[in-house]
Amino acid sequence: MIQADLSIILPEIVLAVYAMLALLAAVYTSKDKLGPLLVWSTGGLMVVLAAWIATKASGTHVAFGGMFVDDGFARFAKVAILLSAAAVLVMSQDYMSRRGLLRFEYPLLVALAAVGMMMMVSAGDLMALYMGLELQSLALYVVAALRRDSVKSTEAGLKYFVLGALSSGLLLYGASLVYGFSGTTLFSGIIETAKHGEVTIGLLFGLIFLISGLAFKVSAVPFHMWTPDVYEGSPTPVTAFFATAPKMAAMGLFARVMHDAFGLAVQDWSQVIALLALLSMFLGAVAAIGQRDIKRLMAFSSIAHMGYAMMGLAAGTQFGVQALLVYMAIYVTMNVGTFAFILMMEKDGKPVTDITMLNGYARREPAKALAMLVLLFSLAGVPPMLGFFGKLYVLRAAYDAGLAWLAIAGVIASVIGAFYYLRIVYYMYFGDEGEELDSNNQPILWGFLMASAAVMLLGIINMFGVEGAAAAAAATLVN
Amino acid sequence: METTLLFAPLVGALICGFGWKFIGEKAALWTATGLLFLSALLSWIVFLTFDGHTETIEILRWIESGSLSTSWAIRLDRLTAIMLIVITTVSSLVHLYSFGYMADDPQWRPGESYKPRFFAYLSFFTFAMLMLVTSDNLVQMFFGWEGVGVASYLLIGFYYRKPSANAAAMKAFIVNRVGDFGFALGIFGLFFLVDSINLSDIFEAAPVLAETQVTFLWTEWNAANLIAFLLFVGAMGKSAQLILHTWLPDAMEGPTPVSALIHAATMVTAGVFLVCRMSPLMEFAPGATSFITVLGAMTAFFAATVGLVQNDIKRVIAYSTCSQLGYMFVAAGVGMYSAAMFHLFTHAFFKAMLFLGAGSVIHAMHHEQDMRNYGALRKKIPYTYWAMMIGTLAITGVGIPLTTIGFAGFLSKDAIIESAYAGGSMFGFWALVIAAGMTSFYSWRLIFLTFFGEARGDKHTHDHAHESPMVMLVPLGVLALGAVFAGMLWYNQFFGHADKVGKFYGIPVAEAAAHGEAHSDDHASDSHADDSHAEDSHADDSHATDSHGEDSHAKDSYGEHHYAFVGKPGEGALYFAPDNHVLDDAHAAPKWVKVSPFVAMVFGLLMALWFYIWNPSLPKRTADTFQPLYQFLLNKWYFDEIYDAVFVRPAIGLGRFLWKRGDGNTIDGFLNGVAMGVVPFFTRLAGKAQSGFIFTYAFWMVLGIAALVTWMSIGGGAH
Amino acid sequence: MSVFAFYLFAISAIAGGLFTVISRQPVHSVLWLILSFISAAGLFVLLGAEFVAMLLVIVYVGAVAVLFLFVVMMLDVDFAELKAEMARYMPLALLIGLVILMQFVMAFGAWESAHGAAEQLAQPVPVDRHNTEALGVILYDQYFLLFQLAGLILLVAMIGAIVLTLRHRQDIKRQDILAQMYRDPAKAMELKDVKPGQGL
Repeated sequence: MIQADLSIILPEIVLAVYAMLALLAAVYTSKDKLGPLLVWSTGGLMVVLAAWIATKASGTHVAFGGMFVDDGFARFAKVAILLSAAAVLVMSQDYMSRRGLLRFEYPLLVALAAVGMMMMVSAGDLMALYMGLELQSLALYVVAALRRDSVKSTEAGLKYFVLGALSSGLLLYGASLVYGFSGTTLFSGIIETAKHGEVTIGLLFGLIFLISGLAFKVSAVPFHMWTPDVYEGSPTPVTAFFATAPKMAAMGLFARVMHDAFGLAVQDWSQVIALLALLSMFLGAVAAIGQRDIKRLMAFSSIAHMGYAMMGLAAGTQFGVQALLVYMAIYVTMNVGTFAFILMMEKDGKPVTDITMLNGYARREPAKALAMLVLLFSLAGVPPMLGFFGKLYVLRAAYDAGLAWLAIAGVIASVIGAFYYLRIVYYMYFGDEGEELDSNNQPILWGFLMASAAVMLLGIINMFGVEGAAAAAAATLVN
Repeated sequence: METTLLFAPLVGALICGFGWKFIGEKAALWTATGLLFLSALLSWIVFLTFDGHTETIEILRWIESGSLSTSWAIRLDRLTAIMLIVITTVSSLVHLYSFGYMADDPQWRPGESYKPRFFAYLSFFTFAMLMLVTSDNLVQMFFGWEGVGVASYLLIGFYYRKPSANAAAMKAFIVNRVGDFGFALGIFGLFFLVDSINLSDIFEAAPVLAETQVTFLWTEWNAANLIAFLLFVGAMGKSAQLILHTWLPDAMEGPTPVSALIHAATMVTAGVFLVCRMSPLMEFAPGATSFITVLGAMTAFFAATVGLVQNDIKRVIAYSTCSQLGYMFVAAGVGMYSAAMFHLFTHAFFKAMLFLGAGSVIHAMHHEQDMRNYGALRKKIPYTYWAMMIGTLAITGVGIPLTTIGFAGFLSKDAIIESAYAGGSMFGFWALVIAAGMTSFYSWRLIFLTFFGEARGDKHTHDHAHESPMVMLVPLGVLALGAVFAGMLWYNQFFGHADKVGKFYGIPVAEAAAHGEAHSDDHASDSHADDSHAEDSHADDSHATDSHGEDSHAKDSYGEHHYAFVGKPGEGALYFAPDNHVLDDAHAAPKWVKVSPFVAMVFGLLMALWFYIWNPSLPKRTADTFQPLYQFLLNKWYFDEIYDAVFVRPAIGLGRFLWKRGDGNTIDGFLNGVAMGVVPFFTRLAGKAQSGFIFTYAFWMVLGIAALVTWMSIGGGAH
Repeated sequence: MSVFAFYLFAISAIAGGLFTVISRQPVHSVLWLILSFISAAGLFVLLGAEFVAMLLVIVYVGAVAVLFLFVVMMLDVDFAELKAEMARYMPLALLIGLVILMQFVMAFGAWESAHGAAEQLAQPVPVDRHNTEALGVILYDQYFLLFQLAGLILLVAMIGAIVLTLRHRQDIKRQDILAQMYRDPAKAMELKDVKPGQGL
């Protein structure tokens, strides 16, 4: 029994054990000098694990009495989480090394955070959910504050921590209400009790609090306030990390809780999530316009994008979950490329985040500017790029589910949002010649930028099979 | 083979248009031309070896969407075969001719490369036209239809430095849109009613359509009539029939070879082709066909009147084309599709030749197009003179009355006029006869003004007038052969007895059992040689003069009823309804009917001689005397002016209003207001909310929770 | 009797929480917090969970609250200023609190558990083994995964604390005991013969 259970969570065990062993090894040897090596080995291990999970036998496996669920949905999310985490780790190595930030704990914290995320998307129980969430969050709080000599970074970590604690409280309170209603914390048990009779107001309250806690993690309005400050204050590679894997994990968890535990009360949570999606899309679009700092801008951009992803969730259908997964996969890929570009923005060796510094960039670095243009167009959802198809997916899901008003609002918000993406393009291509950024062509970052841009263009052919995988994954979650 | 001949022009266009930089200009031109000659050769082989049975050659599966399922396929029947030879022959000759005509065009600066573009357009046009005529479904035909439209647009506007050429190109395109809208509606209607756009399905469904009523524009219509009418609207646009004819004269802004190919021989006949192609439907749409007849006759008459007074050599021929197309529609309208195709076929030869001849004259006269500046060119350009002469003899219909000996136009035009009479359309008949007289007048006028009289206009130009090079004369010669012999050679197949026509088009012919065998024997012997029919008709006439009681002419005509077309719709290339006796009745037309076009022609010739040879001052005096009429004709019945006032100006006004007020003030104003007022306001608000204090953030979270909880407890969730 | 005890503990827990938030002195706040913890421990005892009650007293009161006390006393934070800022929001906050409170009254007034929830809820105190043992069994058996994850979380917390606080500053002198121990005259001294009238 226990062996079967363990074999199901073997990828998580491998990653956790690796993190602990590496921690010990580094402590007893050359400590921070081992940083780069650990970054690469952690990244490598994550890729291997992702490949393993992707090729692992299909089907749904349940471990630990239902607390851990390994199904197609979880595997899809895990592959996305591991690959994006690995990509961001590898991208960050040079940046962190040069600024003396590459503590050997950094890759290991990321690895442990990844373990937490994998737990999240596989959670089959409210307690397991909370454990995964906290494991992830705690690691994130730490990496956010990694740059101790910077007040902003420390502030970012602290804000994230305090507000995260508040959200955890909300989540726990909601969980306790749900437990009080159904007498069990297992998702399978909760959905079982909901089968009989109506959803009472108590369960609804529990649901609301749960949603609020999760909405904080995906930074949905009005639980989004931490996002810009934390994105801005954290070291840029950490910001890149925040914008990718944890978002995927939180969305995966969100979808899992809603469908696995409350799949029979779709009507109830669908309207709440639709509202959050609507607010997120508009606030993300509107507030980003006022930003000059590209990291803050990306923070609002991620709020808006989470709004779109939640639109797929709000649909409450299998197609909606498929749309959500496709959207997130595309979003994560776009962000990897965009942050590769941001990581390359330097002046005299110092990182620069002001978008006006990009004036006339296209004349000096046509290739990179073009790749960034493709990514920005894709983020904005301009048709030939993959980002458009992601949006199309969720809009269709919402429309099919009868949320036409939400779909229309999404289109309007994306029009507003296009402004700030295109403004960067404007600066790059038509801006006056201003201060020059360093021509900083680190091969790894350059490669990720180009690859990501290429994916945005080539992906329109068949999305590299993500569509089919997402459909299969969604089918295992919603039935 | 069919596939090869269809795609050869496309390959030529692509190589010539995109590859000339790599293979050189000369090689590119010769590639395109060579491929077209290949295409023409294959077309003739197809035409001569074709046995009349409809074949379908599938190229690829094309559209699969719901119940709309169609292939890209070639429908090869007699109609297609005729069009194939017309298109490829004229097109290949025009390609050849263009080598001479387009050399050293004054529109272009030295060193500019324009010829590959021109040849690529020509080849592309040919491909699109072939696609149109070979299609086995309406959507494919529509693609070809629009393809030729595009090619026509590009070629009319080929001299894009001339504003007038650009305007003409746009005019052609826009006027055609009106027709295409009708055509598209027709296709939609057919798909709506038949649930298929494949020709074979539509033909089978035609009898059903005749019994169906549809509501369109708040009115009940007979489905067959409505569809036939809509399709004919498309044909009107393409074939420059009255109301939608205004683009054709302006299209003469294009280079002359283009006028010869597109605006005389091929594209403008697409409408006629369409009506003939849809003959199974037309036969069930009496209302639409009578409309076609009347409109065709009106066009023939109208265009001829305008042609009388035009001074630009190409415009005269353009109006002549317009008029001849009217003839064809009259034939199709009265149900004599075969005669329409006959005229289409012969007209292609002599009209292309007239245009090319005109081109040769223009070339010789250094791009001078006004006939008032010509004169006495007979000696300067003898070959061109003879070619134009033959063309004029053909178009005016010179031949020996009551026989089948004559120039191509003589046979085909007379066939149409007899059909019009037999079809019972007296208006059509008289309009055509009068138009025939006017045709004769303006055609001879053209010849006399150009080649006879004394040299007018710029002395220098006249001194340097020179015969065109061989590449231009050879096409003229080939077309001359067609203009002389095409009518005589194929008269029987197009307008002979029913059995011959039936065999030619692959239409089953049945013998009426009630009559004796002697008659059928007669016909069996008749069908042996071409000449025998001529004898036969002589014999008929002699009988007819004998008596009316035991009229062997009549007997003979009734005898022809032995052979009636009995095909079902879709069987064979054309369909003649069982009650369609126009062919027989035309053969049985009274002698005065058969002679009338000849008389009109001679009258026209004499008038022209009188006006332009015997008394050259007469035209001016006549014009002065009948000044209002002259102005009316010279200004083409003021069609352009009326359209300008009724459509163009209001449209511009409306457009300007929507642009300035609607788009500029309302929409832009609204969007600018939102973009510059509302959104930044919220942006500032959002920025303010982001205070940086943790408790503000926490406060917002709690506020959010409170709002959601309140919503839920008041709304009570979904239940 | 037990009803009386329940209400006593419950009221003192809530009162402790309330005064933690509103008292002006941070040290008082911590003391109120301790009262709240102890009351909660009492509630656990009433539920028959003595082990959890003891844990609460030892860990929260004995360790956490005392740590809080130290921190509060060592840090010189001007709470008054922070509170002044917060006071601006106070009316609105009170209003919202009232709204939420009313809604909870509504929700709990009409509380209704799902069918079968009661059976699932009622995990009676095992009779054949004592509390601690039962807890241990459930932790290491049914909730093994969660237990391990909790361990990982603590590990991360520990790493985090070290990463964020431990640092080796290069610009200060430190005592290196090993270096001191292995020092000997041979390494530390060098004899030079200095000629008169010349420097080194």
